[in-house]
Amino acid sequence: MAKRIDVKDLNVFYGAFKAVEDVTMTVEPRSVTAFIGPSGCGKSTLLRTLNRLHEVIPGGRVEGSVHLDDADIYAANVDPVAVRRTVGMVFQRPNPFPTMSIGDNVAAGLRLNGMKNKKVLAEKVEASLRSANLWNEVKDRLNKPGAGLSGGQQQRLCIARAIAVEPQVLLMDEPCSALDPISTLAIEDLVSELKSTYTIVIVTHNMQQAARVSDRTAFFNLAATGKPGRLIEMGDTQKMFSNPTQRTTEDYISGRFG
Amino acid sequence: MTVADVSADSNLNSMRQGGAASGLSHRSRARALRNELARVVMWTAFAIAMVPLVWILWSVVSKGGHMLLDSHWWTNSQRGITNRVVGGGAVHAIEGTIIEALMTALMAVPVGVMTAIYLVEYGRGRLAKAVSFMVDILTGIPSIVAALFIYALWVTTFGFQRVAFAVCLALMLLMIPVVVRSTEEMLKLVPNELREAAYALGVPKWTTIMRVVLPTAFSGIVTGVLLGLARIMGETAPLLILGPYTKDIATNLFGGLIPTLPTMINQDRTEVLQPAVDRVWGAAATLILLILVLNLAGRLIGRLGAPKT
Repeated sequence: MAKRIDVKDLNVFYGAFKAVEDVTMTVEPRSVTAFIGPSGCGKSTLLRTLNRLHEVIPGGRVEGSVHLDDADIYAANVDPVAVRRTVGMVFQRPNPFPTMSIGDNVAAGLRLNGMKNKKVLAEKVEASLRSANLWNEVKDRLNKPGAGLSGGQQQRLCIARAIAVEPQVLLMDEPCSALDPISTLAIEDLVSELKSTYTIVIVTHNMQQAARVSDRTAFFNLAATGKPGRLIEMGDTQKMFSNPTQRTTEDYISGRFG
Repeated sequence: MTVADVSADSNLNSMRQGGAASGLSHRSRARALRNELARVVMWTAFAIAMVPLVWILWSVVSKGGHMLLDSHWWTNSQRGITNRVVGGGAVHAIEGTIIEALMTALMAVPVGVMTAIYLVEYGRGRLAKAVSFMVDILTGIPSIVAALFIYALWVTTFGFQRVAFAVCLALMLLMIPVVVRSTEEMLKLVPNELREAAYALGVPKWTTIMRVVLPTAFSGIVTGVLLGLARIMGETAPLLILGPYTKDIATNLFGGLIPTLPTMINQDRTEVLQPAVDRVWGAAATLILLILVLNLAGRLIGRLGAPKT
């Protein structure tokens, strides 16, 4: 299931603006990799290039390559829609579809791609909600709107929706930044469970969160506002937080800036 | 620091000192006066705006309301009835107005909604700017110009007879920009996060628009379509030029003229005899009622289709 991600010499542009410069990294399968760094350092942008979602913003483009196992997701004959079916994403703010019920939200990815078999859909919905630790809370109101759930529940609903299409990789863009500590804990527990099945990349501003959930950490920084973000250092989370090789990493992690 | 800043600062200081000297209970009389003045001005403006509205409703209902209570009004046409005789109904004009409005909506809504989708979801660069500009121009076209344009096209260029369908074409020109603009606003209100959520599930763009964006904006789009309908149902100039009044029931859009409520009003408006005058006010009241019912129906549809919270 889970795939390994190889990023090589990647530059990301929005129009003429270079947002991320010269990133080379490897994300291991069945592990959690955290992207940390100050605002504007390009970590979210880099995350969005891993499922080609940056392309929906006008002018978004990349140079360099991103491989999922052996497949280049930027090869000329690759359909970005197919990439996004393989690489799922969870966003900063919970965004369930307001016109759909809880059950329909989870089934959305399958149904909007043409799956009609009700039995299969129902099974998928239950399995995904169970994986997202949400089944017991919503099983009696699957046909109620998703907007009626709490913020933390909505975010777990979005995770269920993302894993219902059976992606290989799960990208999470600050998934807890709009949530209270208890909901955050629920999501973090969930991330630790899901990493046995998926390759997970999580962007976070919360250093403790990176330390708690991730196996490996990548630190990004930018020289100045308006300059592109760069990967400063990447390594095992343990080592990154106790004994980083770069001075800026240490300064950032210890709270001296950012 | 600029001069204005300095004076604002000194103002602030004097206010603080004044506040300290007289205690917290002090309330500036000048501010209270200005507040009162603003309140009076706003209420007056509101009252002035209400006067014509209430007046119109009152005259129409008081002079024409009784016509609507007669059951013949809803079942009979004016066939064979002269302006000296009491009787007959408006069913020919009511049917005609509804038929033409529906036909117009049938053509204008798909074009308008799809244009709005293009502008919001796809349009980039010069073409989108040009389309948007055209829509602006179309919004400003007087109805008589739209009617003359269709007349020139339909009768002069193609040599066709005047038929009700030509009226619908002219009305379509008037309805499209209303639908485009209102749909555009509604589509812009759909959060981008929903589109991205769908893309991230591997849903293609077109499916995302059809299954996520349009349903989310549905109730707003319905409201916009109704606004457009309300506008064209009361429109008279195209009808006068392309589809004059007849007294008989006629429903064939391509087979001749169809009477409508506005042309019925226009037909008898210069008459002095009471039966004709009553019919004018009756038709006016019917038109207002029709648009009211349509609006209520649309709101109901919008509410049923709206996202539930």
